[in-house]
Amino acid sequence: MSTATTTESKELAPVSTESLAALLIAKERPPRPSAWSASMTFGWRAILKIKHVPEQLFDVTAFPIMMVLMYTYLFGGALAGSPKEYIQFLLPGILVMSVVMITMYTGVSVNTDIEKGVFDRFRSLPIWRPSTMVGYLLGDALRYTIASVVMLTVGMILGYRADGGVGGVLAGIALLVLFSFAFSWIWTMFGLLLRTEKSVMGVSMMVIFPLTFLSNVFVDPKTMPGWLQAFVNNSPVTHLASAVRGLMAGDWPAAEVAWTLGWAGLFVVVFGPVTMRLYNRK
Amino acid sequence: MSTQTSGLAIETAGLVKTFGETRAVDGVDLAVPAGTVYGVLGPNGAGKTTTVKMLATLLRPDGGQAHVFGHDVVREADEVRGRVSLTGQYASVDEDLTGTENLVLLGRLLGHHKKAARDRAAQLLEAFGLTEAAGKQVKQYSGGMRRRIDIAASILNTPDLLFLDEPTTGLDPRSRNQVWEIVRAVVAQGTTVLLTTQYLDEADQLASRIAVIDRGRVIAEGTKGELKSSVGAGSVHLRLRDADQRPLAADLLRRTLDARVQLEPDQVALTARLGTAAGDDSAAEQAARALSALARAGITVDNFSLGQPSLDEVFLALTGHDTHDSPEHSTDRKDEVTA
Repeated sequence: MSTATTTESKELAPVSTESLAALLIAKERPPRPSAWSASMTFGWRAILKIKHVPEQLFDVTAFPIMMVLMYTYLFGGALAGSPKEYIQFLLPGILVMSVVMITMYTGVSVNTDIEKGVFDRFRSLPIWRPSTMVGYLLGDALRYTIASVVMLTVGMILGYRADGGVGGVLAGIALLVLFSFAFSWIWTMFGLLLRTEKSVMGVSMMVIFPLTFLSNVFVDPKTMPGWLQAFVNNSPVTHLASAVRGLMAGDWPAAEVAWTLGWAGLFVVVFGPVTMRLYNRK
Repeated sequence: MSTQTSGLAIETAGLVKTFGETRAVDGVDLAVPAGTVYGVLGPNGAGKTTTVKMLATLLRPDGGQAHVFGHDVVREADEVRGRVSLTGQYASVDEDLTGTENLVLLGRLLGHHKKAARDRAAQLLEAFGLTEAAGKQVKQYSGGMRRRIDIAASILNTPDLLFLDEPTTGLDPRSRNQVWEIVRAVVAQGTTVLLTTQYLDEADQLASRIAVIDRGRVIAEGTKGELKSSVGAGSVHLRLRDADQRPLAADLLRRTLDARVQLEPDQVALTARLGTAAGDDSAAEQAARALSALARAGITVDNFSLGQPSLDEVFLALTGHDTHDSPEHSTDRKDEVTA
């Protein structure tokens, strides 16, 4: 911020009103971009932001590494006899948990961005309205992919082996990224709904902690009390974790994949329109 | 519903926007002819920005109607968006991106192909004297550079109507002049400009018609000439060599100019507010007359300056209250003084 005055206007080249006039004469307007093209352009904006501020990748690199190491060694001995055996069970789950947790930052960045003048310009453009939000989520999908690759690498160093091979791993990551994209519409909603960054963070925590911890990521739900099993077995995170675990292990967990896709669709159908309504009213 | 053919770029009737208890815009009627610069003049909190945001489809009006080139801003928002551009009070570009990236991004969003967007961005940066700064993040730009990139972003496609919301607030006089030049160039090519400003001289420099807005209402509307004649031609500030001569000078000014004369705290200074009664003489002519009268009377003038009527004076003349008295600051408002 303090660098705002580094370049003084004194050294500025003058405005060339002649070449300006020549540019203004061109009155032809290209046809409006398609919904896809506008969304991809906003996705490109998200990537440019990562390029200019690479530190923001911290949460998709250092945080996931910490999660894998922490839980593998914390629970490994107690739950599976050794960390090396536990990671075989844990890795797909912790992958799901970390990436779903990271989606939370979408709400924060929407909330801080929306106050800036550039949003007024985006909103005054004749483009497909949701493309601004879709662009965010496309940029975030890249972040989720980075996080997945980082965790998988750490997991493999610790001894994780995916029986499903490259195909199974790719399918698992693809499903995870797709689900996270759909799930993030909750955060875009909160980002637009709540007034401060702090409240977005606070509400996000209240949603994300129960949802990720009350699942089958760490242990088999069979040991849980009945009422909790009822919740855990029907949680979208449990379905997603089971599906990813299955895919990476080389199985084809059709029911779990279907449940995951169903939940993903539900999130988009419910929270997408709410987000867009808030966006239009902002 | 209305008037595609009326030659109006903007037409509003009874436009209202409320925020809670505050009626930020309280029944605004505007008729902006196409192809001109239309000035909307008013102090902070008068409702200028809110009006612009409604016209640019960013805010939904709570009452009344607004048409841009005959299109309703609510029901036909998309048509309106296709023809207008907005430069807001704060730079409406992405500060994290470079100048080039901003323009290419917006070019792509307007439907240009990659190469066309790049070419147009480069040409605009060149025309705006920003080629050297093209690769720097906008957050490193100076105030004047931000304004330029902002306006450049607004004319990627030549708009039919350009909203300039306080384009020179916070700029040094030099950058301000450059913005004015840009605005003139844009209008010369047929674009209509709606300019909001707090500065009377800015509206004077650029606009052909002016609406004065206060507390969400239009309190005066007309050509520059009409508006000025309602507030007088300006004021003459004098510094005398000898404080003793001040009462004599004041008396002389009162008689020759038919002006209200105010004695300043500084013992040798006085100000004459030129009235409208002095006929068709310009302020400069009146001032010349005053100076020669003073010289004949043997009064030595050390320093002399001619002031344009300020926005404060316009407001005082039109509303009987000054600019600091608008709703934002109304908590400690004194009772209206009836003179």
